[in-house]
Amino acid sequence: MYSNGYIFRYAAIMVIVAAALLSTAAMLLKPFQERNVAIDKMGGILASADIPDITAENAIQLFNEYVKEEIVINQDGDVVESYTQSKKEDAKAFKLDLKAELYKKTKGLPYELPLYVIEKDNQTLYVVPLRGVGLWGPIWGNMALSDDLNTIVGVTFDHKGETPGLGAEIIMDFFTDQFVGKKIFDDNGAFKSIKVVKGGIGTLPDSEKIHGVDAISGGTITSNGVNDMLHDVLESYLPYLKKHR
Amino acid sequence: MSAEIKEREPLFSAKNIKLLKNPLNFENPITVQVLGICSALAVTAKLEPAVVMSISVVFVAAISNVVISLLRNGIPPRIRIIVQLVVIASMVILVDQVLKAFVYDVSKQLSVFVGLIITNCIIMGRLEAFAMANKPWPSFLDGIGNGLGYGAILIIIAFFRELLGSGTIYGYHVVPESFFELGYKNNGLMILPPMALIVVGVIIWVQRYYTRELIEKN
Repeated sequence: MYSNGYIFRYAAIMVIVAAALLSTAAMLLKPFQERNVAIDKMGGILASADIPDITAENAIQLFNEYVKEEIVINQDGDVVESYTQSKKEDAKAFKLDLKAELYKKTKGLPYELPLYVIEKDNQTLYVVPLRGVGLWGPIWGNMALSDDLNTIVGVTFDHKGETPGLGAEIIMDFFTDQFVGKKIFDDNGAFKSIKVVKGGIGTLPDSEKIHGVDAISGGTITSNGVNDMLHDVLESYLPYLKKHR
Repeated sequence: MSAEIKEREPLFSAKNIKLLKNPLNFENPITVQVLGICSALAVTAKLEPAVVMSISVVFVAAISNVVISLLRNGIPPRIRIIVQLVVIASMVILVDQVLKAFVYDVSKQLSVFVGLIITNCIIMGRLEAFAMANKPWPSFLDGIGNGLGYGAILIIIAFFRELLGSGTIYGYHVVPESFFELGYKNNGLMILPPMALIVVGVIIWVQRYYTRELIEKN
């Protein structure tokens, strides 16, 4: 009872209407979404440095208050750009796409990395943003190092879609608190990263315990993802870290 | 003219109320029709995602039911499934975008699961079985009813899984420390998906114990 012509016309009009509706919605909502993403990024950087009372409303203000310098470094560890003005959200370091830069690294191309310098209680902290892959999608986070560029002051993690109750637990305090006080270099200055250990750090020799944390049971692949992310990203920062230690 | 007015039934006639209530028990999408099990396993490890997921499903089910019901006389039967999918997918993307713009934290929590509403068989099942043959208002109620029926089960499952699996309810610790000191342990198995299936099984059992009509005769 419906001709083929009608079916084709119907389908064509339907998809055009749906496309128009969705792209209008996407365009209208984009500024809100981008602002949320920026605020979320700032919140993560601040939270890794253990700055209290961060909310979506005051994140931009706190970020400008605590972050003293935003540095862009290259693959050799040289400082390419240092931004210290107000409006920290406009800095090149803040806008760098870590995912794209880390991808360049895997291809052997030159890359640039952001580093945030935070002043807190007369302490200088260096925040390294992290990015890697979990079980279902990307995972990312921030790691705040004290001014010896070795001891971890705090970390935050976040994820796109890890399993709730399992891998998604990497964002919880019980997991991130383990990192506080751990060291990424050993006493001889060799790079160790932080290992996320299945079965717990109890299985490690004593000398290695300072470089390890307990994995999350049931979240093995996400835990491994965190492990690899820490190793790979920190490794990219090694030239800079070694020069400034 | 007068005949038309006579035919018009009140918005909440007994028949319409039934559309809202039936999916909560006699025609529950999860425990009776056994639809939407996949997401019932995926988002019920904690209460919060389960609640937001339920709200999103209620919204998507109701709106797509209305849209399909409005279009029902013009949809060519041969491509009706495609039309239904386009409507559902558009609604889901819209929900996802709005969540990202205004409740970013929640949208981060739910992440991929909002997108997976598209594959929830309850919604397409209702479009095909109900909205294609009924007027917009009853379709709207049917969508709300089925969304709630789905949500209710989700929340019950999530309640038990979070309580027994993590010792929390909606993120708040409810199992007292003294329990843990006495040797109580959270049951890690509850967090794993298979336990959701077992909880669904238990709910079906309890429901049929109280609602004998549901028990199959042979």
